[in-house]
Amino acid sequence: MSDFENLSGNDKELQEFLMIEKQKAQVNAQIHEFNEICWEKCIGKPSTKLDHATETCLSNCVDRFIDTSLLITQRFAQMLQKQSSGGM
Amino acid sequence: MAHTVDKGEIMDQVKQQIAVANAQELLTQMTTKCFKKCINKPGTSLDASEQKCVSLCMDRFMDSWNLISRTYGQRLQREQSKM
Repeated sequence: MSDFENLSGNDKELQEFLMIEKQKAQVNAQIHEFNEICWEKCIGKPSTKLDHATETCLSNCVDRFIDTSLLITQRFAQMLQKQSSGGM
Repeated sequence: MAHTVDKGEIMDQVKQQIAVANAQELLTQMTTKCFKKCINKPGTSLDASEQKCVSLCMDRFMDSWNLISRTYGQRLQREQSKM
């Protein structure tokens, strides 16, 4: 008798749960990465709170990083297209 | 004695493991960043100013994490509403 006889092979609820948890974990991993990069760019000497300029820097950092990622994706696709048409 | 696995148990365990992994990542980064900021010339112990700096640094690290989390969430929503 299997220990897992409560679960069917295609347990939809479990699959959905795992998919959602995986997505949440990916979002968290991305936040960790942003925090690591943007901390270096924006934080000077730690004080009693984040001043307005620092908060703006952190917030801009996230958006500009995403913009950079989108830009690189776009241009890279163009580069690949040029290569494949040039090679014919 | 037979032990059948409860689906709810699995779900709870998965959530817990993910939370633990998240906390570990947070702690590892916090330690690296705050050491870099606060301990510039390692001595034979952490002096009072270094300890104070680490304490402030930890709080600012969490402020930063929360702000970035909010900004990212807002950006995701903006991108989704465009689709």
